[in-house]
Amino acid sequence: MDDVINPEPLWSVFINASLVNNFVFAYFLGICPFLGVSGNVKSAGRMGLAVAFVMLVATVCGFAIQRVLVLIDAPYLNLISLIAVIASTVQLIEIFVKKTSPSLFRALGIYLPLMTTNCAILGVVLFQSGRGYGFLQAIAFGLGAGTGFLLALLLIAGLRERLDLVDPPDVVRGTALTLVLAGILSLCFMGFSGIGGGP
Amino acid sequence: MSRDSSVSSDPGPFVNGLWKQNPVLVQVLGMCPVLAVSNTAVNALAMGLATGSVLILSGATVSLIRHWVPAEARIVTFIMVIATFVTCVDYLVQSISIDLHRSLGAFLPLIVVNCLVLGRAEAFASQQPLLRSVADAAGMGCGFVIALLGLGMVRELVGSGQLFGYDLLGEGFQGWTVMLLPPGGFFTLAGWLVLFRWWGRRGGGPSGADRSRSKGASTTDG
Repeated sequence: MDDVINPEPLWSVFINASLVNNFVFAYFLGICPFLGVSGNVKSAGRMGLAVAFVMLVATVCGFAIQRVLVLIDAPYLNLISLIAVIASTVQLIEIFVKKTSPSLFRALGIYLPLMTTNCAILGVVLFQSGRGYGFLQAIAFGLGAGTGFLLALLLIAGLRERLDLVDPPDVVRGTALTLVLAGILSLCFMGFSGIGGGP
Repeated sequence: MSRDSSVSSDPGPFVNGLWKQNPVLVQVLGMCPVLAVSNTAVNALAMGLATGSVLILSGATVSLIRHWVPAEARIVTFIMVIATFVTCVDYLVQSISIDLHRSLGAFLPLIVVNCLVLGRAEAFASQQPLLRSVADAAGMGCGFVIALLGLGMVRELVGSGQLFGYDLLGEGFQGWTVMLLPPGGFFTLAGWLVLFRWWGRRGGGPSGADRSRSKGASTTDG
């Protein structure tokens, strides 16, 4: 929110948000849809796309809101107005999807309205303001975060489809096993650190 | 949302939230802060207390205004109430300790989208009188603190050989740095879940560790 312009180049912002600091594996944001919708690759992909789109819209709106709030000197309204914007964006998307593709609407089900409380989306907006990105950087950040989320969902969904074929002990089946998988994937993603030269 | 399972032997909303329906270990709700800020016990405790106070305040408010909120606008209203209290808590933490505020970072404002808070407002406080709502929120808050502390203490102890910043395991201990990094959060939580389910199978511990899992995780977001 301060006026310091972050000099990071756009591609580096993108790589950082999508791979190095992947939202799911490094910041633990959006874990609930990650655990809930990752049953099969198809619905995971659609959910990921929807979230990525909302992230992009929310980043742009959030950027504008934060500038306005700084202008009128009311930073304490930040959180409330951000959540209102996200809620209405999600509502618009819901109406749009319902009109254009009823089958997709049914496939996403409860997770569409629940995107309002997806912490990954609010997280994108909060992080980009914390780092003092410019407008283009904010867009790159939103895109990168969305891509990263989509990637994480697809990876874990693919793994879980394979998991149906094996026979793990009963106590670890379900959430616990998915969490271990996520931990291993998170270890793999740590291998990306250093690319882009970011933190 | 999962209260139906304990109607016959209702132990009161406080104990219910604290143990039987522990938000993290049984219902698997509010995962993001649990994993993200549990790398030290102090952070975990602070995050738990902040979330707990938001839970109690928003639970009380939602319960008080429940007759005046139209059904269509209820989620939006609840989120606004929660956002207001989160802003208050955010400034409160900032005034208590700026270091703590920095180490919790964006996860403090992210309490707004913690599905546990909205879930309790929607499932319990919007239908129950004030005192029961507060008791439920307090129970859930304490349960959340316990779970966070459980994770934070394990990760800090194994990761750096310390507990609340005090050296416990001596000089010779080589910390498992991975436990302080993101993967450690996933592994530790998985470990706790397995432990609790195994305990539930043996007849002890909070009931329904596996039953309520799908309900909790698949109906709430964030």
